[in-house]
Amino acid sequence: MIVKELVEKLNMQVSAGEKGLDRKISEGYCGDLLSNVMGKAPEGSIWLTVQTHQNIVAVAVLREMAAIVITGGYEPDKETQEKANLEGIPLLLWDGSAFDLSGQIYSYIKAA
Amino acid sequence: MSSLKKIFPVNKKDFIHAGEASIYVKNLLKSLQIDPKIIRRASICGYEGEMNVIMHGGEGSLFLEINPDKVTLDISDNGPGIENIELAMKQGYSTASERYRELGFGAGMGLPNMKNNSDEFAIESEKGKGTRVQMVFYTGGGGHAG
Repeated sequence: MIVKELVEKLNMQVSAGEKGLDRKISEGYCGDLLSNVMGKAPEGSIWLTVQTHQNIVAVAVLREMAAIVITGGYEPDKETQEKANLEGIPLLLWDGSAFDLSGQIYSYIKAA
Repeated sequence: MSSLKKIFPVNKKDFIHAGEASIYVKNLLKSLQIDPKIIRRASICGYEGEMNVIMHGGEGSLFLEINPDKVTLDISDNGPGIENIELAMKQGYSTASERYRELGFGAGMGLPNMKNNSDEFAIESEKGKGTRVQMVFYTGGGGHAG
């Protein structure tokens, strides 16, 4: 599934990084400790986090992730949006909990 | 292939450029068609090293050397140094401030991650002088099992 399809299915808000909306999602990861995410997140992941600062984009680029979702209704910093645009990493927003969102994404990419 | 060397500045508190050196290194290794598993490990190590200098270090640099059989990352800074290296190497130990912890850093995983993901790892530090971490990744070109 590509990021754009998921965005449409779940009616998610795209905050930045639109040029990466055709990236393919093959995995998922939840985490707010950057060292843990850096070391463990699979490539092609959609990453659910409550972190909003610019360093999340570097982690997503280095781990070759498909997209970042900021959960819990938080807003990204301006610098985070700029970096996401620069690197072409979709930055998505989700008002609900990571638990709810993971369940829905899982049903699309894993159970399909 | 002869040796290829690059140096990137990495400085304390410079969160704006955090990760850029590692992203450059990653793209360069990719263009040289290095094994993706090695690129993954080198990316983790480069990023953790950069963040250590930015959060705890001083003025410093990330030095990259690519040889036919290995990739070397040498990250050094002239910051306050590490008081107790043995403790710093312990998983879960961190001196990071509350602010850095809120940002998702300071889990005490940085140095252990670097050691676990490199084939050779060396750290030296002197209080008041700075810290240097050298990591080697064998790429299989020179007969090392990696």
